[in-house]
Amino acid sequence: MKALSRSYLWIIFALLYAPILLLVVFSFNEGGSLSSFTGFSFRWYGEFFRDQVALQALKNSLFLALASSLLATAIGTFAALGLDRMRNRYVKGAVNSVTNIPMMNPDIVTGVSMMLLFVAVAGVFGLSDILGKWTMLIAHTTFSLPYVILSVLPRFKQFDKTLREAALDLGCTPAQSFFKVELPAIVPGVFSGLVMAFTLSLDDFVISHFVSSPDFQTLPLYIYNQTAHEVKYSMYALCTLIIVTILALLLIVNFAGSIGDRRNRRREASK
Amino acid sequence: MNNKLIELRSISKSFDGEQILCAIDLDIHDKEFVTLLGPSGCGKTTTLRIIGGFETPDMGDVLFDGVRINDIPPHKRQVNTVFQKYALFPHLNVYDNVAFGLRLQKVPEDEIRERVREMLVMTGLKGFEARKPTTLSGGQQQRVAIARALINRPRVLLLDEPLGALDLKLRKDMQNELKRIQKATGITFVYVTHDQEEALSMSDTVVVMADGKIQQIGTPTDIYNEPVNAFVADFIGESNILDGVMLSDKKARFAGQVFDCLDGGFAENEPVDIVIRPEDVDVVAPEKGMLVGDVSSVTFKGDYYEIIVDIKGFKWMIETSDYVAPAARIGLYIEPDAIHVMKKSEYSGKFGDYSTFSEEMEHLSDPTIGTEEEDDAE
Amino acid sequence: MKQKRSLLEKAAAVPHMVWVALFILGPLVFVLYFAFTDTRGKFTFTNIELLSSYSHIFLLSICFALVATAICLLLGYPLAFVMARAKPSRQKLLMIMLMLPMWISLLIRTYSLMTLLDNGGLVNSLLVKMGFSPVTMIGTGGAVILGMVYDFLPYMVLPIYTSITKLDRKYMEAAADLGCNSIQTLFRVTLPLTVPGIVSGITMVFVPSISTFYISQKLGGGNFDLIGDTIERQFKYPSTYHVGAAISLVMMILILISIAVMNRFSDGDGEEMIV
Repeated sequence: MKALSRSYLWIIFALLYAPILLLVVFSFNEGGSLSSFTGFSFRWYGEFFRDQVALQALKNSLFLALASSLLATAIGTFAALGLDRMRNRYVKGAVNSVTNIPMMNPDIVTGVSMMLLFVAVAGVFGLSDILGKWTMLIAHTTFSLPYVILSVLPRFKQFDKTLREAALDLGCTPAQSFFKVELPAIVPGVFSGLVMAFTLSLDDFVISHFVSSPDFQTLPLYIYNQTAHEVKYSMYALCTLIIVTILALLLIVNFAGSIGDRRNRRREASK
Repeated sequence: MNNKLIELRSISKSFDGEQILCAIDLDIHDKEFVTLLGPSGCGKTTTLRIIGGFETPDMGDVLFDGVRINDIPPHKRQVNTVFQKYALFPHLNVYDNVAFGLRLQKVPEDEIRERVREMLVMTGLKGFEARKPTTLSGGQQQRVAIARALINRPRVLLLDEPLGALDLKLRKDMQNELKRIQKATGITFVYVTHDQEEALSMSDTVVVMADGKIQQIGTPTDIYNEPVNAFVADFIGESNILDGVMLSDKKARFAGQVFDCLDGGFAENEPVDIVIRPEDVDVVAPEKGMLVGDVSSVTFKGDYYEIIVDIKGFKWMIETSDYVAPAARIGLYIEPDAIHVMKKSEYSGKFGDYSTFSEEMEHLSDPTIGTEEEDDAE
Repeated sequence: MKQKRSLLEKAAAVPHMVWVALFILGPLVFVLYFAFTDTRGKFTFTNIELLSSYSHIFLLSICFALVATAICLLLGYPLAFVMARAKPSRQKLLMIMLMLPMWISLLIRTYSLMTLLDNGGLVNSLLVKMGFSPVTMIGTGGAVILGMVYDFLPYMVLPIYTSITKLDRKYMEAAADLGCNSIQTLFRVTLPLTVPGIVSGITMVFVPSISTFYISQKLGGGNFDLIGDTIERQFKYPSTYHVGAAISLVMMILILISIAVMNRFSDGDGEEMIV
């Protein structure tokens, strides 16, 4: 039974990783083939880094991810505070459900609906084309908001209300008690919301596909355009770079976490 | 001990239409150890929170040193609280938790260091400065909570079931410790608990509460020996509570018999409640007994036997050091000073029969009664 | 306990409320508007009526998405179960391995799968080397479904895994104590108790499957027109925005209804598992 379940596990993971590994391996292939490996080379990486459009797309992606995640985190954190303190259950419920619409809706519907809004507004003001950087910022902020709230609101809810009373009891004004006691308890949630919003923005293709224009390309849009017709080998290099970056980030986050854990455990044990 | 520090004047409070406190009057004197005692939901925690400033009464006044403080927010009151689950700030270490109040008062860091050190010595926490609260045991967290409150030199310290989370032995130690700290600092303690033993052993004054009303205020001995009604008699210690009639002064009739007693001042033939503590009843041979009954159960309790005796359908609890066989017929002898007579109250007939020990047990076998919320709805 | 709220606390949610009104409700209003108007802005039912000619597309998409979801569930539940029963130290590694593909762009994953299955791809060249004749996979329905399963399987595993690990082991012990063998425990105790995880997994696979267009473009080789492809095509030129809006509206309503129905099954607390 144990052997069976273990082999099942590894078969699924092997299938899951096979295409990705293939892509990584063949990004170093000297020749332009996917079936035979003719020699190791960085040729396609060089080609990618000479591609000005790709580098611009990378810059756009980073700018957009940073700007939209900061904006969504700011709005979302305050929203979570407001929702936590809100007494009217119906207003609270309504705000929550509306916020979650982008999370439930297929991305394509979110994308086209925002596009329709932007196009219609542009039409009213007689602008021919407003799709681009700013519509992307609005769209990315909007679909990140529910995730930020989802990671911050529970922190407010779990916050032990007697801690607030203890702070008041010890002489804090309500404002002081918020900043000295409640905020430190919320910060981890805010931070994970920020990270989540950042990665969602970097990763998004479907919504961006509808609300951007050719003069503001992000990496996913660039990849989409590149893969639209024939196979481009510099794409393999780009994908490999992305995969390696993500892997490195994941490992860093997890290692930092487990080292911290271990240190805590050691301190516990030394008591 | 004479000057009144806190006065509650007919305080009422309700939550969502449910009356939690009905016109409470209470004086708390300087340097006094006062305990609010009662079952969960009786309003004791609400009373404490009103003194602390976390709730405002719907009606009535709170006076502190003769000044009305109803509208003073908690952070401006000369009162500090030790919270039920300690409410230590998880992001601060022990030192910073204790220093919290002084930092807010902008006390110079040198002085803070000195006072925190003093406090930690007094509460036995020296060496724990850098630890985070989550790495401490319950008893240690408890001490931090006390140190954090006392360092502000409050006039009054409020303690909300502070020992509730500790195990029995530690609780006894902490009871002594708290008493010692209270004596040493001369600060007024207002202590909330549902544990009658704790209340009796620590307090100068016990305030017994039930259903949002104060039932009795008195010294621990008064409360135990002279309960005013069936509720207090049942809640403090074990009691057999019987229906009776006061024939005249010092003559009471209950359990179908007339007994001599020491109480008086009732109207002729006034219906009353009679309290007899289980340890005040002597077991004798049936022919020598004032009452005769059949033993329905015997439980060994270590230093005594607890026996339940059926006398004409009423189950008495008796504590005796002599072994009695189950199902034996025995006689009971009751001295006049063991009989305590109380006026009838709304609690008459609800307590004091040992068919079962708790009301809950009766509810358990009755599917029509839903389980009640255990929490203090306060 | 009721405390007075400060102005900050009262106003904190206002920017958010304005934002969602403008950019979540606003766009939906325009979907409605476009769905019920023609190119000159006149009210019409034509767009909705036109939808009947797309019914086969809806059906095909639903079939593909259902099959992909079912396969994901069948593959994913055992996977989640095995992962949740692994040693705690091992579980962390397995989690990272499961999450990693989720962090890699869907485009890249689909694209790499395509290169693998392509006529000149590795699979076919291996087949040829072993003496078989090459198989055309790109452009078949199987490839599209495989793509969906491949891309969305982690979304099924994650919530199920979470709900299994959250299960108190005592339930399993109690079941064993009462005479269940491990298979009976799985079907009588574990499975019913993890329904919320299953429901949220199904939602998380079904919704992107039914609305995808990249997978069907790449792996379907243009032979399959799914709802996603149809919508995407309508929004290339302004003249067909209106029909596109109508299709989007219908799909959105269908999906929201099915999510609502699903959440009924799981007492509506699948939401927390979406992360």
